[in-house]
Amino acid sequence: MREFNETLLSVENISLSFGAVKALTNISFEIKKGEVLAIIGPNGAGKTSMLNVINGFYHPQEGVITFRGEKRRQMKPYDAARQGIARTFQNVALFKGMSTLDNIMTGRNLKMKSNILSAAFYLGPAKREEIEHRAVVEEIIDFLEIQAIRKTPVGRLPYGLQKRVELGRALAAEPDLLLLDEPMAGMNLEEKQDMSRFILDVNDQFGTTIALIEHDMGVVMDISDRVVVLDYGRKLADGTPDEVKNNQEVIEAYLGVGH
Amino acid sequence: MSDVQAAIERYDTFPKILLRNAETMGEKTAYREKDLGIWQSWTWAETADNVRALACGLAAMGLKRGDKIGIVGSNRPRLYWVFAAAQSLGAVPVPAYQDAVAEEVAYVLNHADARMVVCEDQEQVDKVLSVMEELPALEAILYEDDRGMRHYDQEYLHYYDTVQEKGRAFDRDNPDFFLKEVAAGKGEDVAVMVYTSGTTGRPKGVMHSHRALIESARLAAEFEGLDPSDEVLSYLPMAWIGDHFFSYAQHLIIGYTVNCPESADTVTADLKDIGPTYYFAPPAVFESILTQIHIRMEDAGKFKRWLFDTFMKVADRVGVDILEGRPVPLKDRLLYALGEILVYGPLKNNLGMTRIRRIFTGGAAMGPDVFKFFRSIGINLKQLYGQTECCAYACMQANGDVYADTVGPAAPGCEVLIDSETGEVMIKSPGTFVGYYKNEKSTKETVNDEGWIHTGDAGIIADNGHLKIIDRAKDVGRLRDGSLFAPQYIENKLKFFSYIREAVAHGHDRDYVTAFINIDINAVGNWAERNGIGYSGYTDLATRKEVYDLIQEAIESVNRDLAADADLAGSQIRRFLILHKELDADDGELTRTRKVRRVVINERYGNLIEALYSGADHVAVEAQVTFEDGRSGTIKADLSIRDVKTFEPLRKAS
Repeated sequence: MREFNETLLSVENISLSFGAVKALTNISFEIKKGEVLAIIGPNGAGKTSMLNVINGFYHPQEGVITFRGEKRRQMKPYDAARQGIARTFQNVALFKGMSTLDNIMTGRNLKMKSNILSAAFYLGPAKREEIEHRAVVEEIIDFLEIQAIRKTPVGRLPYGLQKRVELGRALAAEPDLLLLDEPMAGMNLEEKQDMSRFILDVNDQFGTTIALIEHDMGVVMDISDRVVVLDYGRKLADGTPDEVKNNQEVIEAYLGVGH
Repeated sequence: MSDVQAAIERYDTFPKILLRNAETMGEKTAYREKDLGIWQSWTWAETADNVRALACGLAAMGLKRGDKIGIVGSNRPRLYWVFAAAQSLGAVPVPAYQDAVAEEVAYVLNHADARMVVCEDQEQVDKVLSVMEELPALEAILYEDDRGMRHYDQEYLHYYDTVQEKGRAFDRDNPDFFLKEVAAGKGEDVAVMVYTSGTTGRPKGVMHSHRALIESARLAAEFEGLDPSDEVLSYLPMAWIGDHFFSYAQHLIIGYTVNCPESADTVTADLKDIGPTYYFAPPAVFESILTQIHIRMEDAGKFKRWLFDTFMKVADRVGVDILEGRPVPLKDRLLYALGEILVYGPLKNNLGMTRIRRIFTGGAAMGPDVFKFFRSIGINLKQLYGQTECCAYACMQANGDVYADTVGPAAPGCEVLIDSETGEVMIKSPGTFVGYYKNEKSTKETVNDEGWIHTGDAGIIADNGHLKIIDRAKDVGRLRDGSLFAPQYIENKLKFFSYIREAVAHGHDRDYVTAFINIDINAVGNWAERNGIGYSGYTDLATRKEVYDLIQEAIESVNRDLAADADLAGSQIRRFLILHKELDADDGELTRTRKVRRVVINERYGNLIEALYSGADHVAVEAQVTFEDGRSGTIKADLSIRDVKTFEPLRKAS
């Protein structure tokens, strides 16, 4: 059992509604620095909404988000990205016509300094910068073992590999907090095992804090340090995988109420 | 000191040759490896320096003359250096197949009494750790790549770089040590121990001396005229004698560059990057390249397909004649030149074969169509023949003396004869091995007092003086009516069809011949797609009626071929079934070099064989499979059995 003390991000009493639909109601939890946190719940429980709130895509009507000790005001997703939050999407959102290499390179976007003019003419500083970024991207390619598809347009790749490329792009931003929206959806057993391995390796080698949404309970229980359970926009439980597994409310939410 | 220098200048061991290369061509590139997208290179001087550091590090850890050190991993310069470093100390490197499961690696390390093992990465370390209890002699594990190794705290685990650092310190304290150790090596010392793939029983440790490897590698290199400007791509298992011969022995003797691919999956791209001039691959690789080309062409646009078909016809007609310098009409010559610009050139470039000067295949029979295809587009593909026991050096085809169905005449320094009683091929080679490790009995059975090696292959010497291999001698059987049954010969004929990946023929002591078929999932899958046949996976596709029809056609054409040969007309295939799973080395059904293990298959699929001879038209099956990660499961299926048309022999046997 690993222990984490420092809080990286906390959400307090978050409520989010779209018109009359309440997506999230009064939710509070913390993401500790260095942990792997899973957010689970039945369909429509508000998991993706929760991630969208964390990375500034949705703005909750109520509640406070604190990231690295600072209260966050209205912000745009790119502000979140700048602060060190990266994410992947439930439906892969890559540039299909671009190569794996170029897609991951786009993840370096925020770290690039050269202006459009020097980049267009590939002048000295721009060239040096490109080489530096390429070196980081190559490390990621090596890390994710996707050398063989470096130059392949991602549209031609099978789904499992596209997911891996998307993870690579998120990693390219060198985030402190990585949000993964169903990283294993639609994968076969072997691909799931590979992905689990990569997630744990990222956490282990780069110390990246990870919050992920996942439906496969086996995976969730295996790789997460802590699990937050949502249902109908409310928080049902929050604890270690074992605690959550034995929580009566959680069992009822998933299996229905016994009579 | 001059004694040491004189001993080194005999150049009778590989470490001595390495020192020579560092001296005479120190600035020339010895190794290249693609890492993080960039080709990194090491000169001969850098290589010698690294080997020296590693050797001293190993010595500091206690590796001594005569000790064995295992090597488990894919082709990496730093793993090739372990060979030279161990040999510098008089220790014996023992490479193991990197894709072997833990038990197989354990068997090799255990049988070899390895005191140390060098693993490529975490995966291989985990493999060795999982069988640690079975390896009492093993004292230390080195790892070449430290990724993921942070949390391993076993005190017997050592990082390659750290060992080299220790070695450098040791070298400073004992400056004479390294050269003295190298000088103490002799040509007759055991240089390397490679394990046979073992179609029967347990693998055997084949010990080779420096002298045997150096002699045979030198003769072969002279025969082919290799020079230091040659480039090879090393991607075949390091544990296989062929790779050791090309990527280590000849590499050191000639001084050419060895290139290591980024990973096993990137070989095609790396081939294109490097454009090797010297290349070796088993027939299966060429077959799969050709299958890939056909698949891609089937998916190509109409114009491209027309272009390809048109010019391949030209190549088919005159390509081989042009390659071999025979007279060809001017019109065809011009057409071929145009084809070179439009089709053959770009194709060769894509295959990374533009700069190829020498290219060999061997180890199994090659389909005549595949062979001709490569030769017709101007790639001088040739065959060779050899065994692990003779450094893979026995027969080689010379330029202009090349045939699809032979493996060439005896190579320089070698002799070949056919045992008149058993029909077995016997060879004498300068590369003859020292013996099997801890297996005097098998050594005596394999090599007789006059130095002739029993190859275990049945063959004939053709009229052109070339050796022609028919089958494994012990596999050649008889049908009940007494006619000859050579299973491999039949299987090879079947495998020449791109839809058939693997085949197993049965017939010894039976009334007729039957066969198991493994379809090629890529080729048949593509065919199914084009014909609008949906399928969910291998088993589903393999049990389709349409696929059975496809395979039946192929078998009937093999039967037609067999009927033309008086001796083999009796072994036409009467019935067949398509197996529900691919035969796999992980399940012990094939060797690591993809040879069929008949005993295992006969045991495991006994009920299927009985069904083939029972007259039933289907059979239910349940089989154990081992997944890539080592877990196992079962597959259930209902297999159809088909009868196939046979043909009247064209002429009766005299």
